[in-house]
Amino acid sequence: MSETAVIEPGTSTQTVEIDSHSINFGPQHPAAHGVLRLILELDGEIVERADPHIGLLHRGTEKLIEYKTYMQAVPYFDRLDYVSPMCEEHAFALAVEKLLGITVPDRGQWIRVLFAEITRVLNHLLNLTTYALDCGAITPALWGFEEREKLMEFHEAASGARLHANYFRPGGVSKDLPAGLTDRIGEWADVFPKFIDDLETLLTTNRIWKQRTVDIGVFSAEQALAWGFSGPPLRASGVPWDLRRAQPYDKYAEVEFQIPVTRNGDCYDRYLIRLIEMRESVKIIKQCLAKMKPGPVKVEDRKFSPPTRAEMKRSMEALIHHFKLYTEGYHVPAGETYSVVETPKGEFGVYLVADGTNKPYRCKIRSTGFAFLQAVDVMAKRHMLADVCAIIGSLDVVFGEIDR
Amino acid sequence: MAEEAQTEAPTPLELLGHAVASLLGVRETSIRLGELTAHADRDGLAALMLTLRDDPRFAFEQVMDICGVDWPERAERFDVVYNLLSVSLNHRLRVVVTTDAETPVASVHGIWPAATWWEREAWDLYGIIFSGQPDLRRILTDYGFEGHPLRKDFPLTGYVEVRYDEDRKAVVYEPVKLTQDFRNFDFMSPWEAITTLPGDEKVQASRAKD
Repeated sequence: MSETAVIEPGTSTQTVEIDSHSINFGPQHPAAHGVLRLILELDGEIVERADPHIGLLHRGTEKLIEYKTYMQAVPYFDRLDYVSPMCEEHAFALAVEKLLGITVPDRGQWIRVLFAEITRVLNHLLNLTTYALDCGAITPALWGFEEREKLMEFHEAASGARLHANYFRPGGVSKDLPAGLTDRIGEWADVFPKFIDDLETLLTTNRIWKQRTVDIGVFSAEQALAWGFSGPPLRASGVPWDLRRAQPYDKYAEVEFQIPVTRNGDCYDRYLIRLIEMRESVKIIKQCLAKMKPGPVKVEDRKFSPPTRAEMKRSMEALIHHFKLYTEGYHVPAGETYSVVETPKGEFGVYLVADGTNKPYRCKIRSTGFAFLQAVDVMAKRHMLADVCAIIGSLDVVFGEIDR
Repeated sequence: MAEEAQTEAPTPLELLGHAVASLLGVRETSIRLGELTAHADRDGLAALMLTLRDDPRFAFEQVMDICGVDWPERAERFDVVYNLLSVSLNHRLRVVVTTDAETPVASVHGIWPAATWWEREAWDLYGIIFSGQPDLRRILTDYGFEGHPLRKDFPLTGYVEVRYDEDRKAVVYEPVKLTQDFRNFDFMSPWEAITTLPGDEKVQASRAKD
């Protein structure tokens, strides 16, 4: 900050001139990735302070969930991070299963891992390409969104919805995969690495891209830990930490994959991590397809998972169970759990307090981007205004989950 | 892990639980569903948290989440829950302290800078006060919002609604009007509460005689 202090001899008066001004970045800015209002104090074009104002998309999800049964709460999780909906559901499903003490059958777990990884690719495609768009590269977004369509067709085939899937339920998944879908996913997985190669030719060695991202927004490992980072931004800073490996859930312990870690902690490294993670996800997807066996996809206990339509036509008992599940729902024994999953963005946690009724007493959602956005002030300090776009893009923030 | 607790050799989580229980300011520790929880005294919280971060036995480098839970029937109605994570030792710990609407809890933002926003959120949604926190602004609710919406006595629908007034050319706030009451069904099963069916009183009376 350029200040000129003129203290005249013999007097105590002091004239301070500060050449600074503050601007509103957003809430309607294409590079704000949603409804971020960032108040930037600038010294010329250098950022002195960044104060993110969030909550413009606050919908009171946590309050609403306290008034809904456990099954009715699931769709709210799709609407948190709407770029990776199934991974959010995964955290809630694991939390409820832990409190209920039920275990999902093998096929259900494999389907979940399969779709969690498809969702990871889906998320990284959106993030990397729009991040490039923020830095001036248009082609990746045009290519990436075409690939996303293919993946969303898989979502639609499995769950009936392209985005808000409501597919992972406590106790398994809502229904089995339709015939032929695994073959289509397998065909896609064979050709997709070629697309990553193409994407790399556009960006990885691109001179302009590297000028915009290398050594921008550098965060050390100590800083990243202190600021509560997780996921790709933490690994980009050199901390080898991935919940899929460290605290595996569902079938992650049975698949082989590499965890990319880089050292520099800048925007370029965060890009590289996501790029490599997509390749690893394809490996996991292929292993899931190979290891999946036919079988039930949700727990067989009719007190927790609804019966099939065909069963309800013949069995009075099934009809009663269906009615009870969709009106009253199941009662979850009193207890509390903090269940986490590695979403594409990082650690996403659900702190669930049950009081023995059919509704959660408290459902705290630990959103990943909340911690990232908080660090923007530190990360963007003394950077140019244009670098703020690169930093926000590299952190992969989505306001559905930050504002809740 | 909880099932293994019966065997003779203590699990790593149990060992961690014993170590945490011996710290100053920890009231009790428990392991449920494979998760370690420590209930702590509010007064010694800052020192306890510093130990948990810096002692190599614990090495909790990260606070992943801080949140409030409201129990209005209790004398100290709020739980403040800290979910800690150690990436070097791969373990988690939940620290719980209680407070009420007036008593402040020591801020931990000096230990983990990430705590600032979580504390702002707990203040915003529950009205929990954190002493030593320089930036205790609202974070998720609207500018000029009144009340703490996640308290159990705050209605789901809130008190005000917002719309754009074409005549006044401004956004106006009005008391919330509901065309239909919010329906909150009582799901406690009637079959467990009613012992006598209507019209069946005679049977009940003869049973009482036997």
